[in-house]
Amino acid sequence: MSNKYEVRLSGSGGQGLILAGIILADAGIISGKNAIQSQSYGPEARGGASKAEVIISDGEINFPKVEKCDLLLSLTQESYNEYIDSLKKDGILVVDEKIEIDETLEAKIYRLPILSTAYDKLKKPMVANIVSLGAICSISSIIDEKSLQEAILNRIPPGTEEINKKAFQEGLKLV
Amino acid sequence: MKVSNVVKDNFREDKLPHIWCPGCGHGILMHAIARAVSNKGLDRDKVVVVSGIGCSSRAPGYMNFNTLHTTHGRALAFATGIKMSQPDLHVIVITGDGDAAAIGGNHLIHACRRNIDLTTIVFNNNIYGMTGGQYSPTTPTNDYGTTAPYGNIDKTFDLCDLAKAAGATYVARSTAYHARIIEKLIENGLDNKGFSFIEGISVCPTYYGRKNKKGNAVDMMKSLKEDTIDIRIAKKKPELAEGKMLIGEFHNSEEEEYTARYDKIIDLFEKE
Amino acid sequence: MEKNIKLLQGNEACVEGALAAGMNFFAGYPITPSTEIAELSAQKLPRIGGRFIQMEDEIAGMAATLGGALTGKKAMTATSGPGFSLKQENLGYGCIAEIPCVVVNVQRGGPSTGLPTSPAQGDIMQAKWGTHGDHPVIALYPNSVQEIYEVTIDAFNNAEKYRTPVILLLDEVIAHMREKVDFDSVKGKEVFDRKKPTCPKDEYLAYENTEDLVPPMADFGSGYRYHVTGLVHDQFGFPSNNSEIADTQIRRLLNKIEKNKKDIIKYEEYKMDDAEVAFVAFGSTSRSAKESVDKLRSEGIKAGLYRPITIWPFADEKVKEISENVKNIIVAEMNLGQYVNEVKRVSSDKCKVDFYGKINGHLITPTELTNFVKEAIR
Repeated sequence: MSNKYEVRLSGSGGQGLILAGIILADAGIISGKNAIQSQSYGPEARGGASKAEVIISDGEINFPKVEKCDLLLSLTQESYNEYIDSLKKDGILVVDEKIEIDETLEAKIYRLPILSTAYDKLKKPMVANIVSLGAICSISSIIDEKSLQEAILNRIPPGTEEINKKAFQEGLKLV
Repeated sequence: MKVSNVVKDNFREDKLPHIWCPGCGHGILMHAIARAVSNKGLDRDKVVVVSGIGCSSRAPGYMNFNTLHTTHGRALAFATGIKMSQPDLHVIVITGDGDAAAIGGNHLIHACRRNIDLTTIVFNNNIYGMTGGQYSPTTPTNDYGTTAPYGNIDKTFDLCDLAKAAGATYVARSTAYHARIIEKLIENGLDNKGFSFIEGISVCPTYYGRKNKKGNAVDMMKSLKEDTIDIRIAKKKPELAEGKMLIGEFHNSEEEEYTARYDKIIDLFEKE
Repeated sequence: MEKNIKLLQGNEACVEGALAAGMNFFAGYPITPSTEIAELSAQKLPRIGGRFIQMEDEIAGMAATLGGALTGKKAMTATSGPGFSLKQENLGYGCIAEIPCVVVNVQRGGPSTGLPTSPAQGDIMQAKWGTHGDHPVIALYPNSVQEIYEVTIDAFNNAEKYRTPVILLLDEVIAHMREKVDFDSVKGKEVFDRKKPTCPKDEYLAYENTEDLVPPMADFGSGYRYHVTGLVHDQFGFPSNNSEIADTQIRRLLNKIEKNKKDIIKYEEYKMDDAEVAFVAFGSTSRSAKESVDKLRSEGIKAGLYRPITIWPFADEKVKEISENVKNIIVAEMNLGQYVNEVKRVSSDKCKVDFYGKINGHLITPTELTNFVKEAIR
């Protein structure tokens, strides 16, 4: 149970965080671990606060939901406000640079230009999720680069391989 | 007594006589279906007769095919499953006015819309007979039923108009009096590759007739003759059609059938 | 050799399991949180020569599923609470007319429209008594994506073996979460096909009171012409008001399940050998219970878990035996108390049976259960 690593990816609906969660879990499976991805959602298909949860573990995972997470990603202020309390003490917080955070927080904090990398540098807002995965990959040792890249290529729409590879690399470099 | 070949070939003789009241029109309509199947030379092993609940829906029990007596209003939904899963079967649906147009109304409009190859014959007796004479969607306005003791305030449903508007590719109406004509209309329905809707006006002397002072069974049968007019005549001489119910072929068009469309999807993957 | 492992959603695993069991017909109607089952069936069935149809409503979805099954297909439909309510009419038809098929109910919060995107286990009793009249029920309830894959095959096998609709219960949590599935786990698993008649065509009795209580079933179109009705019927399938026939036929329906309980009932026991307090939990709740068992054991409390995979028929003997060996039974369900009453019905007086329920749309957590147990055994 001690090696159970719990991740919560949050932002707004449409940012592709569910897909990012699926990719992360897939990478867990590829690297020979157990993984569960789950989500809670409301009736709206776009907008609203959205979150995906991933648990990766060497052992069996029973309770499939994340109560307190080891790593929280927040791409919007709203989702940060909503989920910051679910971060474990001394957990890892990864937020977009535009988000105002509580400076007294007891956590390893990474404020990164995730959205601007996707919007301005890559000119593809929809790859913010993959940029985020790149950043998470270099911050945390939970998943290796090779498995994650393989999982990304498994799950993205055909024809978008190059831009997603690039987004992943840019994410890795953010840290 | 010599039993006709139609009966021998198409009926489960040991299940006869049927349960319908003396003077009921349903037996004539059922026999017309049997004759149409014989005339078309359909392989009986490949014929499925599906019904819902009500007087009309007892018919399949007497008929020597693959027969399915379903739940109230759902005959078309079961039949759709049968036809969709095994398109080489000839699927005939026997239903009543309450079964098809009230509780099963949604299934009727969607079966029409899909143009799935089902031949549906509605035995319309303007009343819920099995439950004892309550008004149905086809009970004429102001007529009486046990649940319309002061006269029916509902507007009457024209089922053929409904079927045509919903997309059925063959729509016709005749009556239990016009036994030969309805036989031919059912044959046409069986020929049509698509959804065929044939309304067979029946008579219910026991409930509808008695409640509405329509006379005895013979009087009611007579009025099927006298109060109806073929649509072709009505078109030529509209003055003759006044106050009469139109019968005949109302609609016949060719459109791609539903299961054939699905076959094309399956064909896309044949090579895989 | 490379392992045949994939990350799949619960609903996807259900379709994969159905296909592995030979599903070749699906009729349904969209409803959250089961829709992915229809979507994936629509995508996959034509590729194997099977057929999918989206019907005009839930009632029609159930009817068309039975229609497909009558032509010899392995048919499935999927729904959630509101749709499961609508399907009850024809589900009862499937029971009395003995038509094999699988009905998936991905449970969500109720009553009525309820909490469409949240989990619940409020349809446990509906699965048994939802349709009117006495009838047999087989209801299965897996608790992981891997198990959804495997138990969906069992659902089809039971349907075919016992000529009856089988209800596959899921809940929003296990239906929507993604977990790995090892497809090789079912290698060698038997896939059962319904028994078909071999007798001369004029001697076929579709509802014969056979020794094994499950008469052979002919496909419509195969040349065995017979009658199917929702009325109580004789061995030929024809309606009958005869009281002796009614009694024999309805009892046969019940007995064909009752007498085969050994084959039908599946369960998992976790650390039950020396348990003094036993959880009874199923579906997603059982995962929390399992975690709680470990937590309680780490604190010196001898906990265990009995997890029915076959919800119906109820394992009377097994639960009775458990109640004779433990001091406490804790039944945990995402409802206000359903299965617990069955557990109490068979439990020994020596054992205290407590209930932990939750209906706010959230999964019961291991922490909640651990605290509850400590309180209950004090």
